[in-house]
Amino acid sequence: MLIIGERINGMFNDIKRAIQERDPLPVQEWARRQEQAGARALDINVGPAVEDKVGAMKWLIEVVQEVSDLTLCLDTTNIKAIEEGLKLCKKPAIINSTSADREKIEKLFPLAVEYGASLIGLTMNKNGIPKDADTRLALAMELVAAADEFGLPMEDLYIDPLILPANVAQDHAPEVLKTLYQVKLLANPAPKTVLGISNVSQNCQERSLLNRTFLAMAMACGLDAAIVDACDEELMATAAAAEVLRNRTVYCDSFVKVFKTQ
Amino acid sequence: MPLQLLKEKSRAAVQKVTLGATKEEGGTRTHTITIGGDAALPFHHFEGEIPHRPVVAMEVQDIEPDWPDALKKCFGDVMKEPGRWAEKCVNEYGADLIYLKLDGADPEGANRSVDDCVAAVKEVLQAVGVPLIVVGCGDAEKDKEVLEAVAEAAAGENLLLGNAEQDNYKSLTAACLVHKHNIIARSPLDINICKQLNILITEMNMPPNRIVIDPSIGSLGYGIEYAYSIMERTRLGALQGDKMLSMPVLCTVGYEAWRTKEAVAPASDFPGWGDAEERGILWEAVTATALLQAGAHLLLMRHPKAVALVKENIEKLMVSNAY
Repeated sequence: MLIIGERINGMFNDIKRAIQERDPLPVQEWARRQEQAGARALDINVGPAVEDKVGAMKWLIEVVQEVSDLTLCLDTTNIKAIEEGLKLCKKPAIINSTSADREKIEKLFPLAVEYGASLIGLTMNKNGIPKDADTRLALAMELVAAADEFGLPMEDLYIDPLILPANVAQDHAPEVLKTLYQVKLLANPAPKTVLGISNVSQNCQERSLLNRTFLAMAMACGLDAAIVDACDEELMATAAAAEVLRNRTVYCDSFVKVFKTQ
Repeated sequence: MPLQLLKEKSRAAVQKVTLGATKEEGGTRTHTITIGGDAALPFHHFEGEIPHRPVVAMEVQDIEPDWPDALKKCFGDVMKEPGRWAEKCVNEYGADLIYLKLDGADPEGANRSVDDCVAAVKEVLQAVGVPLIVVGCGDAEKDKEVLEAVAEAAAGENLLLGNAEQDNYKSLTAACLVHKHNIIARSPLDINICKQLNILITEMNMPPNRIVIDPSIGSLGYGIEYAYSIMERTRLGALQGDKMLSMPVLCTVGYEAWRTKEAVAPASDFPGWGDAEERGILWEAVTATALLQAGAHLLLMRHPKAVALVKENIEKLMVSNAY
């Protein structure tokens, strides 16, 4: 289970301010804290407010790499920012993300192949996020076919079936779970799956409870990676338990600690 | 259209553990032996590198053991002197290493002193140039004293010392850390305890590449399939990147095989079973070869003919089948 820390994101005020003032300390502090909490990759998102997205992305990558060797997950819709970012990454990164729209696919898959990066493919297109699992799967299939077409190894493709907040679109969660399960049947070897977990609880009460419960449900459906609040200890312990209970790792008494340190 | 065969690619490999130390390295061994490093399932050369062949250590004890005649007659008088016994195992019978079991320390048995035990270790170190494995008698209190003294007296030799167990690992781990030896982590046919014990030992700052797993085994006919499953699962865990299951594995083959009725019962009791000695040799050899397939790296054995059969088998298994 790959835990991707969500916290270096310009949506958060401290990171937004750090980017504006080019103050590396808050960014580096979050990189360290998430790594210590058990994250094995760090999402890097400049946020919506920044004008110079390319420059901000480059700066974030540089300051994070000063304190952390973790894999970076370059989270932006700006393709130029991704390409410039990939040039700076010391180890193969994760591109977050492409939609299933042809013009995006044609740019981002070759980019992933060129830089040996993994690629998150969202099951959405210009028509938006589908309501049901079948339409999500149809879009996932287009992404799988694109991996084949452009030569991206299937294990480097992460399908994100996109979860919406429980207080907005409650009916999506079962469809997302069904998609996670069936994505594995689309190819052999199968693509991987990822979710931005915290989205399920946007503007809800009991966010941590909703997050960790949905994470456990998604892991039961085969989820391979999750973008989460890695500093939520209960969520990380839940992930550790789910990893044991779905038999992906051998149980031992220190299973929570091992999950966070290995 | 050409057929493309799918190969399993592993994310990680078994740890390499090096036993013994030459003069340049601070010891007195003529050479060192490295085990592990496998990046594939046992002998799947076509799926990943298997850099080191499995090795055989022959068992020597500090006092003459009460072994079946089929074993005794291979060694004769030298069984009274661990040094000469070890020499015979290496020079005549081709042992890769010597496995010295200090059974004489047992307070319920010969209750030999710590000094006597240390002397036996030194005698064997003097007599042979191969790396050495030393284990205690199984009495926790006595082993603590004996093994700490052995670790100190043989500092620099990079021994493999055992056994650490879940409720009794701290003092031996500390002794191995201070005097730079490797450690056997023994669990009772239980993969969860196996993993936990490796965690506990590494939490004391012992590097994983100085630990060898003893999963406990059963011999042929006595639960070998449990050991097989656990070793298989251990290897799969190692290849999938579980560091706490990635250590090489040793198997106490001689001990387990030679305590079965099938290995020792005289032909007069069971005429249908055939010659007793041949039966014992085969019982030990078949136990060993089955466990090689499950991922054993270090076999602790007794009968020279069983050793010869197993070494021949290892040679054949190490011929690359890569394509």
